[in-house]
Amino acid sequence: MELNAAIPSGPIEKRWDNHRFEMKLVNPANKRKLSVIVVGSGLAGASASATMAELGYDVRCFCYHDSPRRAHSIAAQGGINAAKNYQNDGDSVFRLFYDTVKGGDFRARESNVYRLAQISVSIIDQCVAQGVPFAREYGGMLANRSFGGAQVSRTFYARGQTGQQLLLGAYQALARQIELGGVKMFPRHEMLDVILVDGRCRGIVTRDMVDGTVRSYTADAVVLATGGYSNAFYLSTNAKACNVSAAWRAHRRGAGFANPCYTQIHPTCIPQSGDYQSKLTLMSESLRNDGRIWVPKKADDNRPAAQIPEGDRDYYLERIYPSFGNLSPRDIASRRAKEVVDEGRGVGPLKNGVYLDFADAIGRLGAPAIGERYGNLFDMYERITGESPYEMPMRIYPAPHYTMGGLWVDYNLMTTIPGLFAIGEANFSDHGANRLGASALMQGLADGYFVIPYTIGNYLARGGLDPVAEDHADCKGVEQQVNDRIQRLLTASGKRTADSFHRELGRIIWDKCGMARNKAGLEEALQKIPALREEFWENVRVPGVGADLNQELERAGRVADFLEQGELMCRDALDRDESCGGHFREEHQTGEGEAARDDERFSHASVWEWTGENQAQRKNVEELTFEYVQPSQRSYK
Amino acid sequence: MRGVLALYQSTIGKKVVMAVTGLMLVGFILGHMAGNLKIYQGAEKYDAYAAGLRELGKPLLGHYQAIWLARLGLLAAVGLHIWSALSLTSASRKARGTGYKKFDDVSMSYASRTMRWGGVILLAFIVYHLLHLTVGTVHREFEYGAVYQNVVLAFQRWPVSVVYIVANLALAMHLYHGIWSMTQTLSLTNNTILRVRRPLAAGIALVVLAGNISIPLSVMLGVISL
Amino acid sequence: MNLTLHVWRQAGPNDKGRFEKYEARDISEHASFLEMLDILNEELVEKGQEPIAFEHDCREGICGSCGMVINGVPHSKQKAITSCQLHMRSFKDGDEIWIEPFRATAFPVLKDLVVDRSAFDRIIQKGGYVSVRTGNAVDANATPIPKTDADAAFDAATCIGCGACVAACPNASAMLFTSAKVSHLGLLPQGQPERYKRVEAMVAQMDQEGFGSCTNHGACQNACPKSISIEYIARMNRDLMKAKLLGSKDD
Repeated sequence: MELNAAIPSGPIEKRWDNHRFEMKLVNPANKRKLSVIVVGSGLAGASASATMAELGYDVRCFCYHDSPRRAHSIAAQGGINAAKNYQNDGDSVFRLFYDTVKGGDFRARESNVYRLAQISVSIIDQCVAQGVPFAREYGGMLANRSFGGAQVSRTFYARGQTGQQLLLGAYQALARQIELGGVKMFPRHEMLDVILVDGRCRGIVTRDMVDGTVRSYTADAVVLATGGYSNAFYLSTNAKACNVSAAWRAHRRGAGFANPCYTQIHPTCIPQSGDYQSKLTLMSESLRNDGRIWVPKKADDNRPAAQIPEGDRDYYLERIYPSFGNLSPRDIASRRAKEVVDEGRGVGPLKNGVYLDFADAIGRLGAPAIGERYGNLFDMYERITGESPYEMPMRIYPAPHYTMGGLWVDYNLMTTIPGLFAIGEANFSDHGANRLGASALMQGLADGYFVIPYTIGNYLARGGLDPVAEDHADCKGVEQQVNDRIQRLLTASGKRTADSFHRELGRIIWDKCGMARNKAGLEEALQKIPALREEFWENVRVPGVGADLNQELERAGRVADFLEQGELMCRDALDRDESCGGHFREEHQTGEGEAARDDERFSHASVWEWTGENQAQRKNVEELTFEYVQPSQRSYK
Repeated sequence: MRGVLALYQSTIGKKVVMAVTGLMLVGFILGHMAGNLKIYQGAEKYDAYAAGLRELGKPLLGHYQAIWLARLGLLAAVGLHIWSALSLTSASRKARGTGYKKFDDVSMSYASRTMRWGGVILLAFIVYHLLHLTVGTVHREFEYGAVYQNVVLAFQRWPVSVVYIVANLALAMHLYHGIWSMTQTLSLTNNTILRVRRPLAAGIALVVLAGNISIPLSVMLGVISL
Repeated sequence: MNLTLHVWRQAGPNDKGRFEKYEARDISEHASFLEMLDILNEELVEKGQEPIAFEHDCREGICGSCGMVINGVPHSKQKAITSCQLHMRSFKDGDEIWIEPFRATAFPVLKDLVVDRSAFDRIIQKGGYVSVRTGNAVDANATPIPKTDADAAFDAATCIGCGACVAACPNASAMLFTSAKVSHLGLLPQGQPERYKRVEAMVAQMDQEGFGSCTNHGACQNACPKSISIEYIARMNRDLMKAKLLGSKDD
């Protein structure tokens, strides 16, 4: 596998400009003849589809929801970063770039991150022009807040629903192009494979989720905007349908999968309440501004919170990190919570949480003031748990939230398969080993509005793309394989539901490849997962038929892919014999228990290559070089 | 396409027509009630008021001309009001399609839920009322021009009074939701109107109700007699 | 707790459909309503029966996928929540629960509780956007927007497109949905150039999809998981009247 990142030369601040000038252009009259398939309609997919159609390409966009507006980008709460420096507090493109590279623990590609920081500015302009109702000050200017520990206020937000508002902006742009005929939309279509002709990606095979029709769609290029794989853990803050299948199917056809072990665990989610739990709900990180995190000092202390005297409480973040305390970064806060729960000091009926206590803040400021700040979050918490945070401390626990790993892409966002691009959370490019708050929305829109529309033109302008008919032998071949797999799922006629396998897989990955990982645990996972996969194919039960709306069949197909991809996560975690960002190997920590990177051996992206069913994947390496930000040890003491 | 016809083609346009005709009818109802109350001034003045209505617009207009103009206007308003209601109702039936097995409509006011049946009751009542006290065909002792006497004799029969009282209750409900609804449809929703539209609608409905039913009650209690 | 469920089962758009009775056993009061259905579905699958098809995704009340009529009310009797945010603690042991799909001719049933709400997308496609191409935006702060306007636009923009307004309306009207988008854009300076053209086109599509008319019951705002106000309907009426009676420059 050849990994040419295609990074333009020159000083970093000129690279994107120079590259755009050097890229080949497509004659406007020819754009209509060039077709692009976009899979996914979240921030990245919708913005890319709309923008490419505006440029004149013939775009088809596929999504598995009933409407493109439902993609999981919609659930992002916090905000979107941009180096506007509207607050005059010293922000700049370079500072956003610097913070992102450092926040990613020096495991991202500098050139991509710099471009992201540059483009961030245009994103806000674009969204405002579309009518995105960002928060404003009384003077009518846009409001900003500081988010995720950033020392400047560069986060734009729309109450706690920034993702929703940005997605609706992109969805509206997409709707406009659908009306104008630039985009043909295929809702309720799930992509089940990619089609390669002469080594280039020329289409996809989809299943119509209403009538079950499996068929090919061909194009001159394919863009995957299919999100991340947090649902490998089964329980995560992702929506239920989020899955890795599109990326994984592409991987099996030759697209390198980079850094699958980089996953982000968000520290403030509502703990699991029972085995029936279907997903986890995130509570905004802002709660840590006024809440104090604690657990009982003694293990198995069953007294209610109110009856545990101060002397028996351990405010462990304040104790370990006197200066950052309860506001310690996400990965640190998460890991410490896991430690105390593993010691048996967890709280709640399942002893699987820690307290986030507002009693002091309420005593100091009064309940109304706290209600004003967090009222809607408190209500949301009470709705889910039946407990009022005004009366007893909240219980929180970390949960999988975002995945930094994904399909390897070059500077042009093209995967190792020519003609197959990956944007948004589906690619690996910008966040390194850890993503900063309010950066996911920024990256999705940067890729979709401002990067892919240019770089795809450069690819298409090179030509050599003879039309591929939808009944081409290569299409029929892939269709056959897709149909065979569906049949295999439907005829396994076992005893267990797909979800039961998914839960079991999630438990293994969470235990062995979650917030803290070690060699023995990962090796154990690498034994268990293939065995589980084998059982799945023999013992899964999928009722109904293929030619129908069949939600169990959809689920089973996705679980089957997680059973392969989850193994690769563990393999990558085992191989990366260092700690960095969201990847914490217990063997590699500083004397103070922090992540210890090994830049000598691991300053690279690990790009895994599919070698065949049940074969160990081959690792390829893209070395990372840092010219502008010198790697250093993070410290939050 | 521009203009009233263009507007009328949309469902919202039909609602606007209902609101505007409704507003005209509310005006008429208030005037009608005010006139009715003159009955408390005695037979002579009341009959003179009725006779005066026939000569309204003199000398420009002749005998009965103004009243017929008004009647034509009212007829058109009622006709449009009903026509729009029928067309919207039939569209709404189609829009629901299969109904719910269970449907909990407690979130809606009783007045709003009974608009359609209330309207049907009112239409039936208007026909009866015209035949009864205007044309006189269903009035046993009807005497042309003796308005006071016609009213008093009519309401001395308690079933007739009951019909009028029930119809006015229906009218009050129709007015309550209708007036409120009219502000919404015509988008009369600045902050002041938003604050007062509920009480205003209730107020008008109650005034009309009290004014109108006071007459049969007064007759039955003997406050008004021949 | 144990519950008796009467669930609408319909094999496809052409099937007549019927209620079927199920027993849900040992449900935790902490489970969500959809988790209760998950449990029931897993039992059905294990028995080799087809599970109940229902739509859902984010399970935190923002994606708008889920939606069913539970005991005669879209989503829930509780104010301002979606079906996925309903928890079993609001039921008692032994309760009977009727579960039906959203009912509207414009929302045909695809299977069981899954309905086709693409009519909403088509309404948006007719004009629910600002016609601005990527790249031709001016600086975000070039046009100050009064905070009150931005907030009012945001309140309208919180619509999640779930369709509960249509399901709750006795006329199956989509006025709340349509007016929310018309108002979101109509309240902002960016939305002004196409304001009247937008309202005409969107209302025409709304009528064409076969939604009913508004009779100002207010059932929609009571059912709305985002508590969107019917004041936006009044606003849309005004814009449409202006467009139709006075004409508009953006013809």
